[in-house]
Amino acid sequence: MTLLRTIFLRLLTTAITLFGVAVIVFVVIRVVPGNPIAMMLPPGATEADIARLQAQYGFDKSIFDQFLIWLSGVLQGDFGTSISLRQPVSKLVLNRLPATLELSIMALLMAVLMGVTLALIGTRFRDGKTEGVVDVTAGMALSIPDFLWGLVLILLFGVFWPVFHISGRISPALNVDFTTNFYLFEAIARLRFDVMADLAAHMFMPALALAIPLAAIVSQLLKQSLKETMHLDYVTLARTKGYGENHVITREALPNAILPTLTLVGVQFTFLIGGTVIIERLFSYEGLGNMAIDAVINRDLPLIQGIVILFAMLFTLVNLAVDMLYVVLNPRLRHA
Amino acid sequence: MSLSRRSLLKTSAAAAAFATVGLPSFAQEIDELVIAYNVNLPSWDPTVGPSAVNPTIQGFYQSVFDLFIHQNPDLSFGSGLITDWGWNEDNTKLWMDVREGVTWHNGDPFTAEDVAWSLQRAANPETGNPIQFIWGKVDNITAEGSRVTADVKEFEPTFFKWMSFLTGYVLPKKYYEEVGAEGFEAAPIGTGPYMVEKFERNAFVRLKANENYWGGAPEFKSVTIKFVTDAASRVAEIESGNSHVTLEVPYEEFDRLKAKDGINGVAEPISDIGMIFLNDIEVMTDPNVRKAAAHAIDKKLIIDRLLSGYGIPIDTLQTPDYTAYDETTKVPFDPELSKKLLADSGYGPDNPVKFKIQTTKGFKPKDYEMIQAIVGLWRRVGIEAEIEVYEIAKHYELRAADTLAPAAFYNWGNSIGDPSTSTGHAMFGPSPHSVWDGQETFDAILPLWAEADEEKRIEGWRAVDRLIAENAEVIPLLQYVQPILFVSGVKVTPHRSGALLPHLMTRA
Repeated sequence: MTLLRTIFLRLLTTAITLFGVAVIVFVVIRVVPGNPIAMMLPPGATEADIARLQAQYGFDKSIFDQFLIWLSGVLQGDFGTSISLRQPVSKLVLNRLPATLELSIMALLMAVLMGVTLALIGTRFRDGKTEGVVDVTAGMALSIPDFLWGLVLILLFGVFWPVFHISGRISPALNVDFTTNFYLFEAIARLRFDVMADLAAHMFMPALALAIPLAAIVSQLLKQSLKETMHLDYVTLARTKGYGENHVITREALPNAILPTLTLVGVQFTFLIGGTVIIERLFSYEGLGNMAIDAVINRDLPLIQGIVILFAMLFTLVNLAVDMLYVVLNPRLRHA
Repeated sequence: MSLSRRSLLKTSAAAAAFATVGLPSFAQEIDELVIAYNVNLPSWDPTVGPSAVNPTIQGFYQSVFDLFIHQNPDLSFGSGLITDWGWNEDNTKLWMDVREGVTWHNGDPFTAEDVAWSLQRAANPETGNPIQFIWGKVDNITAEGSRVTADVKEFEPTFFKWMSFLTGYVLPKKYYEEVGAEGFEAAPIGTGPYMVEKFERNAFVRLKANENYWGGAPEFKSVTIKFVTDAASRVAEIESGNSHVTLEVPYEEFDRLKAKDGINGVAEPISDIGMIFLNDIEVMTDPNVRKAAAHAIDKKLIIDRLLSGYGIPIDTLQTPDYTAYDETTKVPFDPELSKKLLADSGYGPDNPVKFKIQTTKGFKPKDYEMIQAIVGLWRRVGIEAEIEVYEIAKHYELRAADTLAPAAFYNWGNSIGDPSTSTGHAMFGPSPHSVWDGQETFDAILPLWAEADEEKRIEGWRAVDRLIAENAEVIPLLQYVQPILFVSGVKVTPHRSGALLPHLMTRA
């Protein structure tokens, strides 16, 4: 009952949060300079032409009226029509979301794999040179932003040793009729190894660029958590039972030490999705982030709104999922 | 776990296998030409919406569709889908002869009906063609045999030039009416040199050669244009061999890469210019201040130092390629004259005249750096300008509302090279693209819009440019040069409009 109540309350706050985001986004992007109508004026436009265009896109109404019209559409699943792409926003955004999700999930897996490995190595060889190397590596990984890692990777694996694709999501020459936009998942499900390899060769560098800073955070937090756990009584008991250090770290300490890291990974995953904006642009990856930049450049207000709302939904849902997972994994919360 | 020789060999083999998966094919004999383009293609209909007036994507459209009137790489007009055209004696009617034997990409025959329908559609305000103010000047468009005629509602001397410019494309009447706007967007067809084979929004477009193209089949039978909007990524694309051609890379990178084996470069002037709008408000109402600002700028020095020499200084809004270019109209670099002019108005290094200058940062090559340099040059003569950086969207908004700062950097494109589409729209007060409201210039420009005598019209615009230069009502800076890099197996013919056209590329 408590769990259900928690879920209900979280869903309620999620709805309120999304409404707040919608209001803020709608008002802010109309207040900041850059009128989309001014950008599409032809050389000989008259006052009448300007008025006609403003009426066509609904900019002749007050912000409040525009918001009400937009909100009533959203509640019916209609996010409006993109000014620059002239297609329904919901269709555009949902078509792109899978690409960004696949990239983010791949980056998250890489980050967790690298971060946990580093933390385990650092803990296993604590108080020695190896731990120092792990700390310096994590420090470097964290202090360099993801887009710079992207440039470094392009230089390494795109130019000097060109083993991965620099741009795009899939090779244009590859003729595959996907039924969904989750290309990688679909290729895995259909056992199309050639397509999987091509997608991975495109996704590797952007995913790694996103993963490196997050891996450092995971590594630092998990290592600290592991070190604290290693001093607890039950760990000492495990040692006295004669278990080896590797067993003690991975089987006894890790399950408890990983909980704070799990929460962090959930929160960081939302930041990671946000980070795709720059990385997708750098690698010309056809995801939501890349489209967001074009939308901002073109002052495509309906599209910006749609993307931001979707990002906000993702953020809140991921946080909700993490909270729920935390409850499920933590016996003290589960039985409270 | 110890690493045995066997596991090491296995790991190495697996790594090598992975490393070769999906590798780019490095250019030796190029079967499929790959171009890393600097912009995305938002929409396929070249006649409606904001994309239709975006000069940077016209290269995509011109690969698939044909303009009403063909434009050659040197900006001259030539025989295309319309082979001949003209006005009647009193300019109340126009006529166009349409090429015979052309087919659409789906095999349908191209006819004069297509031209008439495309023109009617463009002129209809309900279709949302942004250049309707030009196309709407004709009416009663009819096709008979291979000739199209129309009544002229309002004489527009540049009407035929616009037929080579924004939204001036011929679309297939029968096909468009069958599939509708959405169907056309999904599967566009034209009469152009390439057919759309596959289009992934924000990723790439794959083109297949139109073997029946009226201008001759393109040499490369398959072309992939990747949308690589980041300049550093485009550099990596060409350097790694992932792409065979790219454009708009930083000039320093252009010089570095073209010096490498296997990569060539061409840098030719295009029809875009850089300029500083002067808004006749605050101190800019003082002609001495404007003239001092104009004479204090050493354009050649700025081009040499900041743009590695890639640019051509200009003194009017006409480049040497434009019809109304007049080499005798000059605004020389003369800092002493600037000081004198400012002194006449009571200003000097100890009592500088102050105003704001707006600029974009990174929208055009070294835009912000150029303005920084100009502000430095101004400071030497007694002008203290405060730089405000804004986004291009804000520039458009402020310009349309006539609220730009006293000075504002901008770039202007004019691929038909007519003075009306440069000086005209930039300096004619009522235009939403002008911030100059001076009566003298307005009076000088007004009669030229409908001047039927072409020689007199061009001479009239030259006189307007002289007037503008003498009064320093705008500060033209430079004609841009477009850097294009390509691998040694390819030969690229640049187009003065700045459109990178795959059908102008051949094997070297």
